[in-house]
Amino acid sequence: MNISVTDNVKESAAAPFDVKTQGNTHILKNFTGTIGKIQVDDPKISTRNVNVYYGEKQAIFDASLDIGRNEVIAMIGPSGCGKSTYLRALNRMNDTIVGCRIEGELTLDGEDIYAKGMDPVLLRARVGMVFQKPNPFPKSIYDNIAYGPRIHGLARNAAEIDEIVETSLKRAGLFEEVKDRLQSPGTGLSGGQQQRLCIARTIAVNPEVILMDEPASALDPIATAVIEELIDELRENYTIAIVTHSMQQAARVSQRTAYFHLGKLIEVGKTSQIFTNPRHELTENYITGKFG
Amino acid sequence: MTEPQITGHISKRFDQELEDIRNKVLSMGGLVENQVATGVKCLVTSDSELARKLISDDHRVNRMEVEIDEECVQILARRQPAAGDLRLIVAVIKTITDLERIGDQAEKLGRIQLELETQEISSSTYVKLEHLGDLVCAILNRSLDAFARMNVEDAMETMERDLKVNAEYDSLMREMITHMMEDPRTIRSALRISWCARALERIGDHAKNICEYVVFLALGKDVRHTDPNEELDL
Repeated sequence: MNISVTDNVKESAAAPFDVKTQGNTHILKNFTGTIGKIQVDDPKISTRNVNVYYGEKQAIFDASLDIGRNEVIAMIGPSGCGKSTYLRALNRMNDTIVGCRIEGELTLDGEDIYAKGMDPVLLRARVGMVFQKPNPFPKSIYDNIAYGPRIHGLARNAAEIDEIVETSLKRAGLFEEVKDRLQSPGTGLSGGQQQRLCIARTIAVNPEVILMDEPASALDPIATAVIEELIDELRENYTIAIVTHSMQQAARVSQRTAYFHLGKLIEVGKTSQIFTNPRHELTENYITGKFG
Repeated sequence: MTEPQITGHISKRFDQELEDIRNKVLSMGGLVENQVATGVKCLVTSDSELARKLISDDHRVNRMEVEIDEECVQILARRQPAAGDLRLIVAVIKTITDLERIGDQAEKLGRIQLELETQEISSSTYVKLEHLGDLVCAILNRSLDAFARMNVEDAMETMERDLKVNAEYDSLMREMITHMMEDPRTIRSALRISWCARALERIGDHAKNICEYVVFLALGKDVRHTDPNEELDL
């Protein structure tokens, strides 16, 4: 877990990503708030004034952002900018990190994500996550998918489980490739197939939101294209938030883009605008590969 | 208003490539400017030798267009430019198309001079053409200057000036028509003078287009087919 995020100039200069951030620090000093429209009509997820701390260090500063229904929103920014931290705050993946503290208002369909009554396990079924490295369970392809529906009691009998496994694999575009070997281990698949297996596993519990943290960074261009195509199809039924280091990927798959820098949400806007005419100097510098 | 920066990329090589493209556009612009001035001069001074040189030099303009286009394609393919860089490449690709067409119009002036070689034209007409020519050269010069400095104010001001060119062109045309009506024997030469005026007027339009690309490059706003002042809220 990256905990070196800070707005302290001296400390950030010592961080491994100082090349990108050092030259821009002076611009950040005059930062007065996110540029662009953070609100959407009828948001799926709404966050206001979110602050995240790892112990003494603050990783996210006062971030407010809405995520709309059936939209793909991309979070971009240099390493340590807080984009993954923000993403993980949306389904309480940070709960298990010792010393991690979250302030602010985060709601899913108007329900407080951090309410006492909110069961994180159920929350994560509603807000699923796909990670950078495919992490299938050391079980068969079939059981990888069936596990979630079983523990959440989503199926009454074996036939229903079979059906969930098949539809999930089909939606993830993997079914044709694995239908004859559902009982072989999931770890035996190729990297791209494993990632699609993980997406199928996420879909199997019928989530509302899918969070993706660098889902294609370990994949070759063909497997990446398949995942991106899949993201586009999944958008019809799900809300998707994706963190990516590939700006071309963000430009290709998302409708809105949010740019984070040193824990601050600098700019958010339509992807078409952000990649042709960003309004903040830091956004421009980042997407054109400058350090200001 | 801050002008966009070409340099400052983490990749110094990319900086160089963009600088190189911009410099090439500027030298292509210089070449085209020279061609237009030569075109006006060869007509006004009835210098057919100059006209021949002008015509043979047009291929240099064409070659530069191809060369810069190729470099832009390379950058699109290899760098996937975004934001300001993307706008620069798009503006360059469009600008050099207009520059090449300006070159063609200038060449046309040279060809008309060769045709006029044997004709008798009253000197007052030459002077008229010279005035329009100077106006167009000034606009072209300013539009390239606005491009070099990516300066929106200059570009906007230059766009306004194109209206003057159009007015000058209209009055010249009226004068030609009068000549032709008064003495049908002047029709042949008057028509040729009108074509020259037309070529110069077109050059003014191309220069105006370049100014529109400068606004797009600097602000990301497309002001074509609009009232730029309204669009930019100036």
